[in-house]
Amino acid sequence: MAQVVNNGVNVDALLAAREALKDAPAAGEFTWRASCKWLNGTHARSWVQGFRGLGAEQSHKSEFAFETDHPEVFAAQDNGATPVELVLVGLASCLTAGVAAVAQNRGIQLRSVEARLEGNMNIAGILGVDEDIRNGYDNIKVSFQIDADASKEDIEALVAQSQKRSAVFDIITNPTNVTVEVV
Amino acid sequence: MQRFTTVVIGAGHAGLAMSRVLTEYSIDHIVLERGEVANAWRHGRWDSLRLLTPNWLSRLPGYGYRGSDPDGFMDLPGIVDFIAGYAAHTDAPVLTHTTVNRVRRIDDGYRITTDRGGMECRTLVLATGVANRAQLPELHRAVPEPVASLTTFDYRNPDQLTPGGVLVVGAAATGVQLADEIHRSGRPVTLCVGEHVRLPRTYRGRDVLWWMEHSGVWNQRFDEIPDLERARRLPSPQLVGTPGHVTLDLNTLSDAGIEIVGRLAAVRDGRALFSGGLANQIALADLKMERLLDTFDAWARVSGIDAEVGPVERFAPTRVPTAPRLSMDLRSGQIRTILWATGYRPDYRWLEVPVLTRKGELRHEGGIVTESPGLYALGLPVLRRRKSTFINGAEADARELAQHLCGHVASSLRSAHAEH
Repeated sequence: MAQVVNNGVNVDALLAAREALKDAPAAGEFTWRASCKWLNGTHARSWVQGFRGLGAEQSHKSEFAFETDHPEVFAAQDNGATPVELVLVGLASCLTAGVAAVAQNRGIQLRSVEARLEGNMNIAGILGVDEDIRNGYDNIKVSFQIDADASKEDIEALVAQSQKRSAVFDIITNPTNVTVEVV
Repeated sequence: MQRFTTVVIGAGHAGLAMSRVLTEYSIDHIVLERGEVANAWRHGRWDSLRLLTPNWLSRLPGYGYRGSDPDGFMDLPGIVDFIAGYAAHTDAPVLTHTTVNRVRRIDDGYRITTDRGGMECRTLVLATGVANRAQLPELHRAVPEPVASLTTFDYRNPDQLTPGGVLVVGAAATGVQLADEIHRSGRPVTLCVGEHVRLPRTYRGRDVLWWMEHSGVWNQRFDEIPDLERARRLPSPQLVGTPGHVTLDLNTLSDAGIEIVGRLAAVRDGRALFSGGLANQIALADLKMERLLDTFDAWARVSGIDAEVGPVERFAPTRVPTAPRLSMDLRSGQIRTILWATGYRPDYRWLEVPVLTRKGELRHEGGIVTESPGLYALGLPVLRRRKSTFINGAEADARELAQHLCGHVASSLRSAHAEH
């Protein structure tokens, strides 16, 4: 190969981890955590830092904070993104990271990757106007614009494989048991 | 205690192919069979089943289809006749109605306990196949009472089903075939589609398996496949063997009126919940089919047969339902039966040799169980080639494994002599 593809993803490390997990499946058990504090109105601040994985406590290099609120059309202060927008952010960033990793593994050099997301929702659901309308998104549309050294088919395959291996895509498209308790 | 150089467990096409090759090598052996020759084809199969491979591909060492319809597809009685005919033709040393209860390692081989006594052997070939038990997802336990659950081992024909809706789970060859058959019986069918393999029955005027065989795709070896584990887990292709050579893909099924939904992801509070990822499963299958057809076309060009076959074809993309259903109330009476076409798994409960993964699968390198010398397997998915589980895939695998087996026998005899 004349040129070395570099999308900034350490695929060798990922492949090594995949092999290692075959021998030590317990190391693959991760726990991700977030905490959240109500500030005022619909304004809240959430943090992430620590998580568990590879059989030990782990930590991000620093704490990351996220502001959430509702926009002014909901008579709120608009101090941050709405939580449903953060869901779109999670999906977009997960799929985009996946595109980079799969491209690296397949030897495809990326020049630019941009995604636009739209989630359609009828707020009659969350307002309790109509019991037949769900609270969440009716559907989500993701459009990728990708400039890379690859054919259209290879880019489509890249995006398809990214969805296949995406945690957030799985979380959104498949049901997950959620328990909420008061302590 | 009877002793053999080799014992083969299972008298299906794979075990019989191995027996024939062992005879060529003058290896004394016996084939143990819990029922009759071709037992799996006599029990636990649905009435309308036909082979996915055309008759001309029904080839075994020293034997082949001799009928008048090389392009046809064998039905169940035809398959049983073919395999029983092979056992008679090769005069295979089969001990029928002999169930293996346990297999243990001994110093220089294996001790086998059957319901008709024990025996020892230096080398052992497992040809028990993959389809021993139905593989049911854990969520089948949550299906509410009024809905009947049926595996493809229990299913014979639509007449045994209660009138009313049927949910078919799984869209590999079995799932699409049974969805189609049950739909034709007048029952509304919903088909849950996860990862699947789309193939046209014929391509450029030839059977798609003609292309698989001649282009070399089917002969791709296990040690040449980058992600072997994935290749071994691939669902069987959406194919059916019918006199009309029809293609049975999701477009055909939805045209017929079958409702296509995503993978069955959960059963919760009496409701079936389907994955919202259907569009991507469809995109993946369409892309993979396109790549395979590109491979065929490239091979046709370089091998100079472009003019002998029909013109290049491309098939309409699979139509993705605009808003596929995400859930279904299983208590409403709309669905009376769930048919689990979720695959099979092998059953090695009798194998007391520690060579199984935590999922109960055999650890092997192309059919050679390296952790337990003298132990071999045949007829597992992509064992040594992509075609390993098909009838025409048995010969090459059996020959290579028999060669290895002979080497093992010779070297263990040499070391036995050296010790004395």
